[in-house]
Amino acid sequence: MARAVSPRRYWITTLAAWGVSLLIFFPVLWMILTSFKTEASAVASPPQLFTAEWTTQNYADVWARSDYPRFFWNSVVISVGSTLLGLAVAIPAAWSMAFVPGKKTKDLLMWMLSTKMMPGVAVLIPLYLLFQRTGLFDTKIGLVLALMLMNLPIIVWMLYTYFKEIPSEILEAARMDGASLWKEVVYVLTPMAVPGIASTLLLNVILAWNEAFWTITLTTTKAAPLSAFIASFSAPQGLFYAKLSAASTMAIAPILILGWFSQKQLVRGLTFGAVK
Amino acid sequence: MTTTFRALLGATALLALTAGAQAETTITVATVNNGDMVRMQGLMDDFYAKHPDIKVEWVTLEENVLRQNVTTDIATGGGQYDVMTIGTYEVPIWGKQGWLTSLDDLPASYDVDDLLPAIRGGLTVDGHLMASPFYGESSMVMYRKDLMDAAGLTMPDAPTWADIETAAKAMTDKSKEQYGICLRGKAGWGENMAFLTAMSNSFGARWFDENWKPQFDQPEWKATLDTYLHLMNEYGPPGASNNGFNENLTLFQQGHCGMWIDATVAASFVTGKDSTVADKVGFALAPDNGLGKRGNWLWAWSLAIPSSSKNQEAAKTFIDWATNKDYLALVASKEGWANVPPGTRTSLYSNPEYAKVPFAKMTIDSINAADPTHPTVKPVPYVGVQFVAIPEFQGLGTTVGELFSAALAGQSSADDALAAAQTAVTEEMTSAGYIK
Repeated sequence: MARAVSPRRYWITTLAAWGVSLLIFFPVLWMILTSFKTEASAVASPPQLFTAEWTTQNYADVWARSDYPRFFWNSVVISVGSTLLGLAVAIPAAWSMAFVPGKKTKDLLMWMLSTKMMPGVAVLIPLYLLFQRTGLFDTKIGLVLALMLMNLPIIVWMLYTYFKEIPSEILEAARMDGASLWKEVVYVLTPMAVPGIASTLLLNVILAWNEAFWTITLTTTKAAPLSAFIASFSAPQGLFYAKLSAASTMAIAPILILGWFSQKQLVRGLTFGAVK
Repeated sequence: MTTTFRALLGATALLALTAGAQAETTITVATVNNGDMVRMQGLMDDFYAKHPDIKVEWVTLEENVLRQNVTTDIATGGGQYDVMTIGTYEVPIWGKQGWLTSLDDLPASYDVDDLLPAIRGGLTVDGHLMASPFYGESSMVMYRKDLMDAAGLTMPDAPTWADIETAAKAMTDKSKEQYGICLRGKAGWGENMAFLTAMSNSFGARWFDENWKPQFDQPEWKATLDTYLHLMNEYGPPGASNNGFNENLTLFQQGHCGMWIDATVAASFVTGKDSTVADKVGFALAPDNGLGKRGNWLWAWSLAIPSSSKNQEAAKTFIDWATNKDYLALVASKEGWANVPPGTRTSLYSNPEYAKVPFAKMTIDSINAADPTHPTVKPVPYVGVQFVAIPEFQGLGTTVGELFSAALAGQSSADDALAAAQTAVTEEMTSAGYIK
């Protein structure tokens, strides 16, 4: 039975939640507001949250200078493609680890996770050469493969955690009824793990969308996604913060909207199995 | 018209189209995001009108990312870029390693002898021009004429460090958030160490002696760092150890700095529409100490062709267009003389129209005052004014920059920072094989 919460406690926790949320969101808010300021008011000292002269000129300038739709499309293909490919590889892997574990399954999981602890730049030259020699450099398929491999440990770990929550007796029952391995995974396991798979999908789309090191290093013009679009507006000499903010807002807006609409699914998936 | 004849006509048209498509060469140009480069991208119609057979694709990146990507590509012979925007630091190193294509065979209309001697010298390796300058810069003093007048002072055209201290002291009023001097403090080989290395030249200091022995334990470096810390601690803005070019530009534009010693390219910003002190700015040469060297640097963003490029001829055609005299005239006709890329050609500074630009004379005088082949008072085994043109310098400069920035932040003394710099640089130069 749920414990009654006093009104005082309710307001304190609500205010605290709003306070923390605002704190986390504040840099994004600042960036969005800056994108509507003139370059002069963007760097005003002392800094001003609001300005008297709002403008949309920065967006017009950024749009005129860059081929935003191309960068955007590349981001969509790379992030969604790498995630779907990752799921296709990770679902069978996580199934076997969760339901038919071997002696070394735990070690294997730890090893997979340990690859994420290595800084990416450590494999820069081998990967760069590999991409050049195989013709994958500056191609969307190359980045799909690279990001899929990079995020695969996270996908496998997340799915493994969700699958472990599913009673193996249900899968056994399906087997007793004559279900093949394919049918067991596709018609029994996957529907039951939909919240987990959905949150894994969303989280990995976000991770792939925001990835900057490899997407900038392994592309030039054809496959460059929105991370490269933002980087093109960073200037070491000259104050172009308002334009940079406009470019950044344009780059994060799609993923921010996606995250907003799918937050219920995300939270449900991320807390799945957290409370027994 | 018979069906066969129509088919033949169609096939001929298709062939002609295919031939046209095959004749078009696409080159990839890697560049940084600055006003001059952006302006060039806006003027590409002129290039396409003259060279319809060449298509240009741009890769614009932040300076450090560009450096990393281009270095990786060129070191692995990737050939992803046909034209690269590189700095004066990279040209001698990459040129010696055979990574760049010589530009000696550009057409006569390019007029190589019109290039400013100091800039050309920095881009020439073993007698061959390895990169064509797009814009060049030095550093100089930008100061507030109104504050100097109020203090009853006059800034000499060629001040000494003593003049700078006098002016900084007179213009400082911390109660009004008005600081006599703003200098770079942010750690980095291209940040505080660009300034401090150039400054040290005017104090007779050098990074290495003729045998590559580090010189941070010598009195000249101590005098440099003591002067810098004294100026910044007494007359500089708070939190200066985090300030780079952009932070100081903001402070100066908002009226918080009496003086700012930095890149000549900043002159157009501090006198531009976003500056609150645009009509109150004066310019002077970077300071000296009477030793024959001034504390100003020399830098050029230049266009070069990696030897791995598969489109060498098209790349040369583009570089010729982007860096010859006609391009300067094109920019002037579209955007005015003040927006012409500065610091590359002698003819620009003899042009009476350009002479009307307020910072033109001080820019050329500053560039002429720098000599990358003889940057220091005492002899050195390297070239480079505000850097040492060896591959190890990026790491060394940043390490020493962090030590000096920490001293500015009050986390260590000047003596400790210099001692630590001497140790760190000696270790690195020994392991790199420079010191036997």
